[in-house]
Amino acid sequence: MPIDSKDVTWVVEPTIGFWEASFLPAIVAGLRTTISHVTNYKPVTQQYPEEKPELPLHYRGLHRLNKDDQGRVKCVACFMCSTACPANCIDIVAQDTPAEWTDRDKMPKTFVIDELRCIYCGMCEEACPCDAIELTHIYDHTGFTRDDMRFDKIKLLEVFDKTKDNPKDPVRTHRGRLGVASDFAALPTLAPATSVAGNDRAAKAPTAGVIAR
Amino acid sequence: MTELLTTLITIGAVLGGTLGACSYLIYVERKLSAFMQDRVGPNRVGPYGLFQPLADGLKFLLKEDIIPDHVNKVMFLIAPTISVFTTLLAFSVVPFGDVAQSLDLAGLASLRFIIAPNVDIGIVFIFAITSLAVYGIILGGWASNNKYSALGSLRASAQVVSYEIPLGMSVLGIALMAGTLNLESVLGKQTGSIFDWNIWYQPLACLIFFTAALAESNRMPFDLPECEQELVGGYHTEYSALKFALFFLGEYTHVVTVSFLTAILFLGGWHLPFVAEAASAYPGVMFVKIGVLMLKVFLVIVFIMLLRWTIPRFRFDQLMGLAWKVMIPLSMANVVVVMTVKQFGINQWWLLPISLGLFAAAGAIGVASKQAELNQRSVTTH
Repeated sequence: MPIDSKDVTWVVEPTIGFWEASFLPAIVAGLRTTISHVTNYKPVTQQYPEEKPELPLHYRGLHRLNKDDQGRVKCVACFMCSTACPANCIDIVAQDTPAEWTDRDKMPKTFVIDELRCIYCGMCEEACPCDAIELTHIYDHTGFTRDDMRFDKIKLLEVFDKTKDNPKDPVRTHRGRLGVASDFAALPTLAPATSVAGNDRAAKAPTAGVIAR
Repeated sequence: MTELLTTLITIGAVLGGTLGACSYLIYVERKLSAFMQDRVGPNRVGPYGLFQPLADGLKFLLKEDIIPDHVNKVMFLIAPTISVFTTLLAFSVVPFGDVAQSLDLAGLASLRFIIAPNVDIGIVFIFAITSLAVYGIILGGWASNNKYSALGSLRASAQVVSYEIPLGMSVLGIALMAGTLNLESVLGKQTGSIFDWNIWYQPLACLIFFTAALAESNRMPFDLPECEQELVGGYHTEYSALKFALFFLGEYTHVVTVSFLTAILFLGGWHLPFVAEAASAYPGVMFVKIGVLMLKVFLVIVFIMLLRWTIPRFRFDQLMGLAWKVMIPLSMANVVVVMTVKQFGINQWWLLPISLGLFAAAGAIGVASKQAELNQRSVTTH
């Protein structure tokens, strides 16, 4: 698409004076900038292993499988998370619940997340109808083999025990019963992932695809 | 025998001093650049990272020394040694203290403050030897059998050969004024008072010399031979471990040599009013003189480092333009001015305003040509 002529700004090359031609003022100004950083030294480096970063509340790290108030795994093996997962890293095998669990029919027999394959997008968390899977603030999980990084149900439940009291990783719901999704009278309308404000320049380009000044 | 021992001891002192200084200059540069960029810099090895140079040296020694299959082995191995060898050899005629004095070592030998005293062609010797450094670069690039290395070394040779001319021409004025090419005598002539320092008579030559010397040592505003952006690593792309360290050492030694020359040729060497003068004779004065010279050299080196992290790199045509269109004519004019002043016995102080005038004229010509270019461009586009 040709660019509309009213979107084009013609710039005249600035004239160069005697002092600019000698390069000296530019060099002196540059030196003043660099020296001012030396004399007014405020490092911004974070000494990582000693200083831990202050993570934002919405940080998406290692997953955990939540437990309900009776200490049972909340997951009902509905496969919504593994279906939503764009990286196909969640592997679930379902089984019937014991007879005394009257509030649900299914539970996961195995629940394995390949943390090396995961892209930490948080779609599983959004897809989960019963708040069983959540992303925590743990970012430094490592392993010696690829198998170490395949987190199974036991490991994911351990992550829950480790993080449930951390104020950064609140358990989103404390309701013991299941079926949150079924409690909605009407499902909430979908909003765009990133909304564009009305006064943003991306919202009112004179010609499509051209960013005006 | 005594003479031989003296020379060997002096060589040992210079070699050890230069190599040690180089490794810690790298530390200083890394810290300084870190401060400029609001970083912390090396801080893991020892207090404030002070043992970082040792760790670096150890790493260079212990890393795998790769010689690629497709290279010309003999030339590949010779190139980095030439690079270090030439810059270290140039140091042999550079005085690093008051050469009239020497430190007696138990009557057996003494430590004098220059390796090879009374070399009457000192300045020529330095330029002859340091210009050989381009062989190290060309051989390194050519023997690597790698197009990036070859391109880097081609650029390097063009740059080094071009800047050799203003470098030599700018010192010619000083040689004319001093009437000698002997570095010791050039230094000795500046030790009368602070107004004997050559920078008062040759400020333009000092600027040209400093700039050309920066280009000679391939330092930052002129580091076209390496240019990580386009050429991977330039002529030393294929070098690893200790051979790369030798190239690096060559560059830093060159910076040290250049700073010594700047301090000796233009800034009065070891002379400092009231502290270290030719007549001062208090105990330990020779160490004070060395200290003064080292301080000046250190300040010049720090200035070079500041420039490195301040000025962006030249484009190659700008680099060549600066050498051939600006610095060579200016340095020639400077030599002519010095010759005129010497021939007709005019007061030497006239050199200061004339030098500044030459600089102003060059600036004016630059502005005028830029204006003409702009006018022509507006004619052609509209």
